[in-house]
Amino acid sequence: MTGHWEHFTHAADIGVRGIGQTKAEAFAQTAMALTAVITDPSNVSPQEQTMINCSAPDDELLLVDWLNALIYEIATRNVLFSRFEVDITGANLKARCWGEALDLQRHQPVVEIKGATYTELLVRQDNEQWIAQTVVDV
Amino acid sequence: MELNLLQKLNDYTWRVEPHGNMRVPAIFYADEALLRNMDDKVYQQATNVATLPGIVQASYAMPDAHWGYGFPIGGVAAFDAEQAGVVSAGGVGFDISCGVRTLLTGLPKADIMAQQKRLADQLYRYIPAGLGSTGRILLNQIEMDKMLKGGARWAIEQGWGRPEDLERTEEHGCMQGADARQVSVFAKKRQQKEMGTLGSGNHYLEVQHVAEIFKQDIGRIYGLTEGDVVVSIHCGSRGLGHQIGTEFLKEMLIKAVSHGIRLPDRELACAPIKSDLGQSYLGAMRAGINCALANRQILTHLTREAFARVLPEADLRLLYDVSHNTCKLETHEIDGHQRKLFVHRKGATRAFGPGHTDIPEALRTVGQPVLIGGSMGTASYILAGCKESEQRAFSSACHGAGRAMSRHQAKRQWHGRELIDELAQRKILIRSPSLRGVAEEAPGAYKDVAAVVDAANEAGLAHKVARLEPLVCIKG
Repeated sequence: MTGHWEHFTHAADIGVRGIGQTKAEAFAQTAMALTAVITDPSNVSPQEQTMINCSAPDDELLLVDWLNALIYEIATRNVLFSRFEVDITGANLKARCWGEALDLQRHQPVVEIKGATYTELLVRQDNEQWIAQTVVDV
Repeated sequence: MELNLLQKLNDYTWRVEPHGNMRVPAIFYADEALLRNMDDKVYQQATNVATLPGIVQASYAMPDAHWGYGFPIGGVAAFDAEQAGVVSAGGVGFDISCGVRTLLTGLPKADIMAQQKRLADQLYRYIPAGLGSTGRILLNQIEMDKMLKGGARWAIEQGWGRPEDLERTEEHGCMQGADARQVSVFAKKRQQKEMGTLGSGNHYLEVQHVAEIFKQDIGRIYGLTEGDVVVSIHCGSRGLGHQIGTEFLKEMLIKAVSHGIRLPDRELACAPIKSDLGQSYLGAMRAGINCALANRQILTHLTREAFARVLPEADLRLLYDVSHNTCKLETHEIDGHQRKLFVHRKGATRAFGPGHTDIPEALRTVGQPVLIGGSMGTASYILAGCKESEQRAFSSACHGAGRAMSRHQAKRQWHGRELIDELAQRKILIRSPSLRGVAEEAPGAYKDVAAVVDAANEAGLAHKVARLEPLVCIKG
């Protein structure tokens, strides 16, 4: 089964979950779920490339850092992403992200994301697939 | 929530005795129905807060408490620096100093209804709302630092508002102790284009009419008349506050062990008030408060400009501006002694009673206005801090209804267009850049704000003064 993403319920906000055969793929799928909080990712054209690097003491903190790095790019550069290539080596994450400038008419952004939280945060391997999830504050 | 976990003290007050690592009890202010509908997570979070070092008296949950991050949303806790007390980035939240300000227009509802559509369109044009909207103000490094130090006072010096607005703003519009050097370049960059923007989610600008006054004497002093129109603005410190929250949450989490703090939940990340990190956070968080105050001040100016185009006779005077995500150093009486405490209010409104010197002089005899937000089709309320409030929860009250349904469920249940049409039939005009955003914020997705306000009133947290009904809502 190839990687996929989904949202899960939180009382006030929204959970983002990525599932993949590798940890890196699960992280990439979580990033897709993040975009889907704002708009339908299939409407975001993967035209421009952005590099993101981050590191953290453990996998779960790394997931929060990764999502917060994306939230920062979205907030400061008004971009959305729809394709991700993630490489995780030890405590370091390197990613190439493709997307385009936010187009208010076409993307109709639902909500702005304030930050990734540590609520329902987990990164783990289950039945040979990786799950990476957390709740984002909107 | 299971009621058998709680000891009932009276119809609106419930207690959890300290157990496990709890240093103090947890107190819930709510009626039985509200409590039954609260998530079990609220119990867990309120009791977790009670385990933090230096907590004083109790960990409190307001009637609108719901599942938050570390603290429940609707959580109040105070810490004593002299007893190794902590300051928690999670206890303030991502949206530092999110709050509500309400402006009196001096116009009756009929005047607004005659121009309702034009007013909605003008407000939507003037108020940048939603992701990707940018303000008209671009701050360079020097101006950014001045704004972080000066708050609403800075905004008024720039021409966005009237000097008399400051008297009606918490902290006189300028939070002391702000330290712009503790705010990272990332946080400042995130704010660069966001001054004077509303944001999204549950943030809004609403034109409302005073539908009912419950306490005429207080209403009169607040300048509220049944049938008159007011404007309420609900938003916070925008990207700057979110980034400060993100960065300090992580740092406090990583350094917790070296500070000798055992965290029951990562979101409760905190640092001793007297530590370098605690002081650094307080400086940054106070700068975040100033950012929120400046932002709401600029939005006030834009609202006045929009009104001037449609209803030039309107004179928009500020009733009050109060935040509901803060940590403030306040003096409270504990067992007959005056003590200086760091009071965290996460989704809770400060509610000083009559006579408190921090209340504007004109309102001092009746207590501080407590502004409770609704959601599009639902009512908002104005309450007043009361004498008993000081003994209840360090002079704190609720802040809103709280969600009853997740965004996910709301999106499946409602469609933005239908909702807007339905509200238009009820003479409520919605303007928003996102239909899905409107669906996710559907009035039905929120709890009954009337029940929350009644419980706050009955519990002695604040007096119910007036109910406001929406006429126009600008949603991010």
